[in-house]
Order: sequence, then structure tokens, then C-alpha cells
Amino acid sequence: MKYMLMFISDDSGWDPSKPEVQAAYARIGQWFEEHTKSGKITGGEELKPTNTATTVRQRNGKVTVTDGPFSESKEAIGGYALVDVKDLDEAIAMAKTWPALSTIEIRPLVEH
Amino acid sequence: MPGFIGAEALERVFREEHGRLTAALLRSLGDWDLAEELVQDALVAALEHWPREGIPDNPGAWLMTTARRKGIDRLRREARYRDKLALLQEDAMPASIEPALGDERLELIFACCHPALPRESQIALTLRSVLGLTTAEIARAFVTPEATIAQRLVRAKRKIAEAGIPMRVPEADELPDRLAEILAVLYLLFNEGYLASTSSERRDLAEDARWLAQLVVRLMPDEPEAIGLLALFTLQLARAAARFTPDGRLVLLEDQDRSRWDRALIAEGIALVERAGRMRRSGPYQIQAAIAACHAEAASWAETDWPQILLLYDGLVRMTGSSVVRLNRAIALSHVAGPERALEEVDRMAGELDRYHLFHSTRAWLLRQLDRPDDARAADRRALALTENPAERALLLGRIDA
Repeated sequence: MKYMLMFISDDSGWDPSKPEVQAAYARIGQWFEEHTKSGKITGGEELKPTNTATTVRQRNGKVTVTDGPFSESKEAIGGYALVDVKDLDEAIAMAKTWPALSTIEIRPLVEH
Repeated sequence: MPGFIGAEALERVFREEHGRLTAALLRSLGDWDLAEELVQDALVAALEHWPREGIPDNPGAWLMTTARRKGIDRLRREARYRDKLALLQEDAMPASIEPALGDERLELIFACCHPALPRESQIALTLRSVLGLTTAEIARAFVTPEATIAQRLVRAKRKIAEAGIPMRVPEADELPDRLAEILAVLYLLFNEGYLASTSSERRDLAEDARWLAQLVVRLMPDEPEAIGLLALFTLQLARAAARFTPDGRLVLLEDQDRSRWDRALIAEGIALVERAGRMRRSGPYQIQAAIAACHAEAASWAETDWPQILLLYDGLVRMTGSSVVRLNRAIALSHVAGPERALEEVDRMAGELDRYHLFHSTRAWLLRQLDRPDDARAADRRALALTENPAERALLLGRIDA
């Protein structure tokens, strides 16, 4: 089954110049490499922080464009991985080994 | 021999076979609704045939063959299930005499109690699929509208299908967490039944929980916490007959007529505690069972081995850090170090437990021993305001009026 793992975190303290953040990047790189090799990951990207986000809303025929992420929440999606695995348990097992401290939401993809 | 078949014998067979059949059909069909319908069809057929013809030697195989045959009929009629037809026909006619029905109930229980399902759905689904309770029976047992339970089951089955929750025993590194999930479901189920008055017409969920725990222990014989939980259920049920007066009033452990305790169940429970203990992997359920065993072995409330119980509670507090456990520990402490010390200890938990009725009734119990009847009555009143359980309310009202 195909799932998207959404990596959710509070990105306000995410400073790529810090050594611990660089170390985390290295571990994340490894994680992607390892699971891509085994054929479980079919895609994935990291997103720039929420202060770069722009939200477009279509409501009652009117379109507004505003600065910032769609939700007020401090936590936001910071990246994702598309995976193709046997079942939810395997997706959970992958999420458990995600090397950065964050929340991960697993959602199955609609398969057409 | 054909002839009279007791309802009890029939129920025992159904109980045993319902989960196995569901699990086997789920395994080959992967469709929860369809599996459920076929199990129903097979059981209805059994109800028609068995009373006339007797229970077959291998009821599981009989039911499986019938479910398959009925399934094929049903699938031919219903276009939506066409793609499943081949799955049933493949081995519908085995070359050997009867197919041996494997036991995949453990896989089924793990699926029903998957952490990706909300707790209340885990409970409902376990009762429905493993034990074969109807939606109406589950609703009655939980005093919940039938539509609510039906919706819970529909949502759970949809989540299983759409999110890809597998029916399988988890890998070794996942096993402790996943087993803990199952045991938590059984523990809740037991308490739901145990706290209800036996005089009501509600189904005995405590017995159901014990049956399920027995099944889990049979299927996973090397898990000491599962054995500990079964021991706990067994020891508590051993006291069931003494827990209520004939008119349904709750009798506290202290005041129970110990001659009405079920000695055979107590022996069984203690043997289970010992069996788990030999595995040398202690855990909260084993300790609770050991405490229950101390009570069960005592000739009277006064002759209870309170120092031993206090020691066990110390271990349980360390393991769980739970304030409810600390509250129970205080009762043991009052016997070892006196009610004054125990009250000091209890009062320290006021912050966390102020909304918990047993916190106030425990205080009342201690205050009464310290000869402070007015304070005790006030504490019982606080407890009364916090519980809706009729048996507990009656007990508290009795104490307030005394």
C-alpha cells in the first residue's frame, strides 16, 4: 500500500547553522537513502520553513492571497516521504525510525 | 448421538468457533463485512442442523465448509463480491476429507486491538469479531445506543481496510507494546463488567474478558503479563458471589462472607500467579494479581498479610507511578502504620484525585477509624456527588445515614 508520511514539527527553532541541526540532516539523509535503496520510498521532499509560506483561499467565488501557512498552529508539515510498503504496520515501523524529533502523520494514498 | 443439545454446549462451541471462523475467512477474503456475513450464515445453518443431527465431531470444519458453500451462493448472487468468488472456490473442495481449521485468532485479536484504532472501537470490534457478540448485545452491555456501537464498528472496519491495518502477529520488537494494548482492552472490559451490579440483566462482560484472557494465554503461553491479567480476573471473579447482597447492594471486601468465595477459582488464580512468577519478568498485572492472591488466601480482613500487600503496592507504585495505585497503597499502609499515617499520605494526593470518588470514600474510611465521624460523612458526601454507579451510591448513602 502507498502512504504519505508527513513530518510535522515546530520549525521556529530550526536553524541549519546549528551543529545539532546539521547532524540531524545527516541522519535524515541516511534514512532516505536506506529506505530508497530497499525500494520503500518512492518520493519525498523537505519544505522551506513556514515563514516562506503563502496561502491562497477560494471562498464564495472570491480568491484571497495571504502571507503565512494555512493553519494557525505552531506545528506544520516540514517535509514528506511517499512510501510503498506492505501495510500500516510497516509504515509505522518506518515512522518510528525517523531520526528527527517530530510528529509523523501517516495517511494512505487514494489509488486510482 | 443426535438428540437433545443443551444451549450451553451450543454456546460453548459457538464461542470457540466464532473467532476462528472469522479469522480464517478474513484471512482468505480480506473483507470484514463479508466474513461477518458468512459467519452468521454458517451459525444459522448450525442452529438448524445440530439440534436434529447432533454437534459434528469437528464443528470448526463443518462451519468452515458451510460458510464457504453459503459464501459461494451469496457471491454468485451479488455482483459487488464477484472478485472474491475465486478465493472461496479455490479450496472449497479439498482433496482430503475435511480441511483442518487453523487458529488465526491471535492475528485477529492483534488486528482488533491495533493502536491505530480508538480504544472504544478496539473493545467493540474484539467483542464482535472474536467473541461473536451482536451489535445489540454490545450496546446493552455498555448501556449505549445500538446505533452508536454500529457506527463504531463500521468506522473501525473502514479504517482497517482503508489504512491497511494488517491481521498479523507483530514483530518481536513491537510485541510488548502491542500485547500491552490487548491487555489494556481486556482490563477495561473486565472492569466494565465487574463494576456493574450482577443483579442487572446486563451481559457478564467480566466473564467475557476472562474467556478472552484465557484465549490469549493459550495462544501466547510465554507472556507473564497475560497470565498475570488472567490470574487477576480469576481471583476477582472468585469473590463475585460475595460482592453483592441478594438485593444488589455492594459488599466491600472487608465485610464479605468469605465462605462464599469460590475456592476452586482461587486455587486456579494462585496457580496462575505462580506460573507467571516463575518466568521472572514482573509487571503491573502480575503484581495486582499477587495482591488479589494475598486477599484470597487470608482467613479474614484482620488476618490479611498487610506488610506483604504494602510491599507489593510499593512495587506497583514504582512501576506505574499512578496516583490511584498510591491511593490503594494507603489502605495497606493504614493496617501496617496506622490510619493517621495513611490519612497524611492520602491528603497529599488531593490535588490530583479531587475529582475521583474513591479518593473521598477512602478518606472517609480513614476518618471514621480516627473517630472523626463528621469529617467522614462530609467526605462520603463528596464521593457521592462524583459517582453514578448505583451500587456504589447505595453503599455511600448507607454510610452517610448511619
